[in-house]
Amino acid sequence: MKKKLLASAAMAAAVGLALTACSSGSDSSGAAPGELKIDVPDIPMMESLGDNEGELNIVAWSGFVEPEWTDEFETETGCKVNRRVAGTSDEMVTLMRTGDYDLVSASGDASLRLIVGGDVQPLNKELIPNFGDDIVDGMKGQIYDTLNGLSYGVPIGRGANILQYNNEVVTETPTSWDVVWEEDTPYAGKIIAYDAPIYIADAAVYLMHHNPDLGITNPYALDDTQLAAAVDLLKKQNGLLSEYWGDPVAQITSFTTGTSVVGTSWEILRTLSDDDRMQGTLPEEGSTGWSDAWMLSSESKNPNCAYEWMDYTSTPEVNGAIAMNFGMAPANAAFCESSEEAAAHCELFNATDEEYFSKVWFWTTPIEQCIDGRTDVQCTNFQQWTEAWTTVKG
Amino acid sequence: MSSQTSLKRKNDPLSTSLYRSPKTRLAALLTPPMLWLVGIYILSIVLMLITAFWVTDPFTSKVKPGFTLDNFINLFTIPAFLATSARTLGIALAVTAICIVFAVPLTVFMAKVASPKLRGFLAVAVTLPLWAGYLVKVLAMRLTFAEEGFFNWLLNPVGISGPGFSVTTVIITLVYLWFPFMVIPIYSAVSQIPNNLYDAASDMGAKGIRTIVTVVFPLLKPSIIAGSIMTFSLSLGDFIAARFVGGSTQMIGSIISSNINLNPPVAAAFSVVPIVIVLVFLLLVRRTGALDNL
Repeated sequence: MKKKLLASAAMAAAVGLALTACSSGSDSSGAAPGELKIDVPDIPMMESLGDNEGELNIVAWSGFVEPEWTDEFETETGCKVNRRVAGTSDEMVTLMRTGDYDLVSASGDASLRLIVGGDVQPLNKELIPNFGDDIVDGMKGQIYDTLNGLSYGVPIGRGANILQYNNEVVTETPTSWDVVWEEDTPYAGKIIAYDAPIYIADAAVYLMHHNPDLGITNPYALDDTQLAAAVDLLKKQNGLLSEYWGDPVAQITSFTTGTSVVGTSWEILRTLSDDDRMQGTLPEEGSTGWSDAWMLSSESKNPNCAYEWMDYTSTPEVNGAIAMNFGMAPANAAFCESSEEAAAHCELFNATDEEYFSKVWFWTTPIEQCIDGRTDVQCTNFQQWTEAWTTVKG
Repeated sequence: MSSQTSLKRKNDPLSTSLYRSPKTRLAALLTPPMLWLVGIYILSIVLMLITAFWVTDPFTSKVKPGFTLDNFINLFTIPAFLATSARTLGIALAVTAICIVFAVPLTVFMAKVASPKLRGFLAVAVTLPLWAGYLVKVLAMRLTFAEEGFFNWLLNPVGISGPGFSVTTVIITLVYLWFPFMVIPIYSAVSQIPNNLYDAASDMGAKGIRTIVTVVFPLLKPSIIAGSIMTFSLSLGDFIAARFVGGSTQMIGSIISSNINLNPPVAAAFSVVPIVIVLVFLLLVRRTGALDNL
């Protein structure tokens, strides 16, 4: 216990020192994420594979690790898969820090924390032959899984936080998020919002378009003034809401029972609600979204099995099966051409539509260093977002 | 045969030594529960409370040892935190008051008026919900109070619309959840009141309500307080009801649960609030002398 505490204290101190990160030399208007340099604990990557260890412990979202594809993996490799389902990104981070797990299906709002915290190790792509050209462009080398030229994640899939509405009440497709943010919305009292600090980014996306004076260019790089403006908008919205949703089932029942008629949703929840009245759209402002990737623990006891798993799940068939089961756009575009059903799935989830996803700001852990390239101010970190979120809900 | 051997059996040395030494006997009796209480229960609470003085690394949200009072100062200086504490206290008090108001007449009726058959039925009706899972009950309330749910379906025709998901619904749900914990102690106290007390009250000219207020109520005070401790502390710590039927209602438990992974020191500092409230509550109760009769 004590040793662990000391180790984590030392780690935290190291990170503190490392935060004197240098900025990229590019112009301030839009530094490419890849150029951002953040120093992270130096953890070596695997150079070559050895014998499979016989088991593999995975923390994953519900639906990512299912017998339909783990059975075959177990017979092929002899690695027994133990699954632990986590409900939130924060739970995943906590679980990974116990050191008991080898792999995690991390979303962008967890991955940066894991990388900088030294909880995950860089990946040797040469050991993952299936990690290839078929990965969709929008999921290659993103800031939330690639740092300083090292890759920490194998993409699984992505999705947007869409605006869902009940077409019985909201008869025209909303073109803007204003229906959930503005006080004069006709749907006051029937709006549902996502219950997590990362939802602050949704307010920032809206402000980015409707209050350009604030100068927000990336919803995950907010300085104090910008965060305050986003929080103000959220506080105003609090009075317009029917409820917040954290639990997917609660969100579905909120819509199907008429308690909410418009608000944030995922394509899969709309499909699961199995209700023709529920429609989804990506408004003109764009939206936030999530992108998941396999990440390998720096304390992994079964790294060989983990590499086997990352390779196995990167094949079009398995990657597609996960994407179909969870309801998201697969990372491997080759899957979309494998069958008619697959093509329909990719169409529904805009899998290869980079123009669609260019409007989506994937969840990223907010950090003090502004990831939009600004160097004259300090941005607000996730800790501050968490505190701010508590005040939003009052 | 076997009884003969046992009669002839030599004394067990362990029993003999325990019999001779009362102190060892006491130690042997108390060690397991004290180990449990101190080692598992108190120690874990203390460890958690220590975390409240620690700090969280802003980048990785890892907790690191240190010393700061900020987390406690925030409890009093951030308006949202104060409001949440006050709201939670209000909800717990309201739930307790409503439970008392419903439980006293019901239990008097059950114990003294109802036929044995009806009494049995009522006892089952009150305790049956305890057999259903907690989440199942909360979700049932969620479906009841949804916009197109049972409540509105029933009362919209007469022009009444439900409270939706709000603080009111949280209170109704918590009353529904914890009501048996109030009824059970009060019922056992009511059924112990001798019938001739009612006769005496009646002889002195007291009617039903008057009898309840001046005779039954004072005798029930210890059991009401026992029930209140349950309903009050259970409501104080709840956050699932707020999450599923509260709409945008935030309780102390909501803040703790949302910070438990992101910012454990804040969660730990906040968990002191219900502990303090319950301690004050118990001290007030002790003053009334009601705890002596428990």
